Amino acid sequence: MKLITAIIKPFKLDDVRTALTALGVSGMSVTEIKGFGRQRGHTELYRGAEYAVDFAPKTRIEVAVRAEMLEQAVDAIIAAAKTGKVGDGKIFISDLERVIRIRTGETDDAAL
Amino acid sequence: MRSDQNRDAFGRLWALLAGRLCAVRALLFLLASIPTCAIADDVAPAAVPTEPTIVSFDKISAGDTAWMLTSSALVLMMTIPGLALFYGGMVRKKNVLATLMQSFAITCLVTILWWVVGYSLAFTPGTAGSTPYIGGLAHWAMNGVVYRHDAMQLSVSHLGITIPETVYAMFQLTFAIITPALICGAFAERMKFSAMLWFMGLWSLLVYCPVAHWVWEPSGWLAQKGVLDFAGGTVVHINAGIAGLAAAIMLGKREGLGRESMAPYNLTYTVIGASLLWVGWFGFNAGSAVAADGRAGMAFAATQVATAAAALAWMFTEWVTRGKPSVLGIASGAVAGLVAITPASGYVTPSAGVIIGLAAGVICYFSSTSVKKAFGYDDSLDAFGVHCIGGIVGALLTGVLVSKEISGVDGSVLTQLWGVATTLIYGFLMSLLILKLIDVLVGLRVGAEEERQGLDITQHGESIE
Repeated sequence: MKLITAIIKPFKLDDVRTALTALGVSGMSVTEIKGFGRQRGHTELYRGAEYAVDFAPKTRIEVAVRAEMLEQAVDAIIAAAKTGKVGDGKIFISDLERVIRIRTGETDDAAL
Repeated sequence: MRSDQNRDAFGRLWALLAGRLCAVRALLFLLASIPTCAIADDVAPAAVPTEPTIVSFDKISAGDTAWMLTSSALVLMMTIPGLALFYGGMVRKKNVLATLMQSFAITCLVTILWWVVGYSLAFTPGTAGSTPYIGGLAHWAMNGVVYRHDAMQLSVSHLGITIPETVYAMFQLTFAIITPALICGAFAERMKFSAMLWFMGLWSLLVYCPVAHWVWEPSGWLAQKGVLDFAGGTVVHINAGIAGLAAAIMLGKREGLGRESMAPYNLTYTVIGASLLWVGWFGFNAGSAVAADGRAGMAFAATQVATAAAALAWMFTEWVTRGKPSVLGIASGAVAGLVAITPASGYVTPSAGVIIGLAAGVICYFSSTSVKKAFGYDDSLDAFGVHCIGGIVGALLTGVLVSKEISGVDGSVLTQLWGVATTLIYGFLMSLLILKLIDVLVGLRVGAEEERQGLDITQHGESIE
């Protein structure tokens, strides 16, 4: 099992969700985050007072998938989230030791 | 009777204070006696009363009374929630509740003070034991403000003979409320709540009431000199703005100013607040006609066009100099225009209003940005930059643009300058004095650690998420 953590542009969230559910992914967690990468921040001006905003708003999604589904899922995220401009985000993949569904006690693949 | 004894005690206290004030009065009298080049011919006809009187019910105009009740409510709405939201949206998240609280608490405090002595100090005329500098105590606790059902009589103020005195007193109360509340913009995010209450209470009685008496009570010394202030450019805005500058200087800069982001929490609140101020301001300016008449209509029209002109002027100035037309900018420009048209509104044509608005929009933009930066004081939300400077622009231009056809009076820039200079000097020095006194007694400013945590949690034990 793999955990996919993807940082994407907030307005691409719906596209990514649609692409993943089409593959049969049955759940994900979404968090609004701020961060920086290669995309530069911006400045804001309030009555002449200028503030540099270094962190851009992004959306983080976390999806757990069976190992054999990983490449398909990653390709789907890339296809859905890509604009080709700086700031499209990143995907991190890590191994997942165990998964447990709290309600039933099912584990691993059965719990995904 | 108990109330008589109280009144005697008040009277003795007053006589004592008045004795101490003799020297100040003599000085003010000397200043007052220096001739100016033009004095407005605003002498009332003999039949017009010069003090509150008792009249029968049929002397009251239903139309005027309805409009003045509405105006009073509109001006109250300017402070809560208008000004509270306008300022509340501009501070950081940790200070939003504290900033809303300031406007709300001032509304309550000044209401009680106004009932106790404020109305009397500001609007008791010369014939009832007052001076050109301060009203007497004859109307303390609204004494003499009556409504007699069986006799079909009620009291009216000499400043509004077609409406009940209760309505006039409440209308003026709403001005007495918003003026100190405006000062809060200058010391936002760092003043102790207890110190703020002390300051506002003392300032209301020692600065607002006397200046209102000088300018608006016909026997007041600036009114006698012919200073024109239709709805409060001098009494409200210059007065509040200069007190704000004194407070910004006395309290010092906020922790981290210039190094940390002090971006506003939520400008949505600020836009809602500015819009409520704009709507409420028709009670302020058109209501200052104290009648539902043509002059109120003229004040209304001048207010609307001046505000629009100032908002556009600020927006375009910012667009040209800084690259983007900001939301905070257009809202600030509207407030600057409302401030500047305030003293002029019942005296000028709407066309003159456009000129006043354009001037205020551009001048207040620079006074709130580059001028503030150059001098380095932390007038956090620009109480001085918008209200004092906008008030001065309006007061002086009133002298230039006054229409005799509308107002029946002549204006003079020199006379207006008298009103401006006197208010600036008196307001600044008295505010410094009161602030110093409070600093010694209770301390003005919260500790650095409390300031970092925010006033919401440290002063009020609450927070927003």
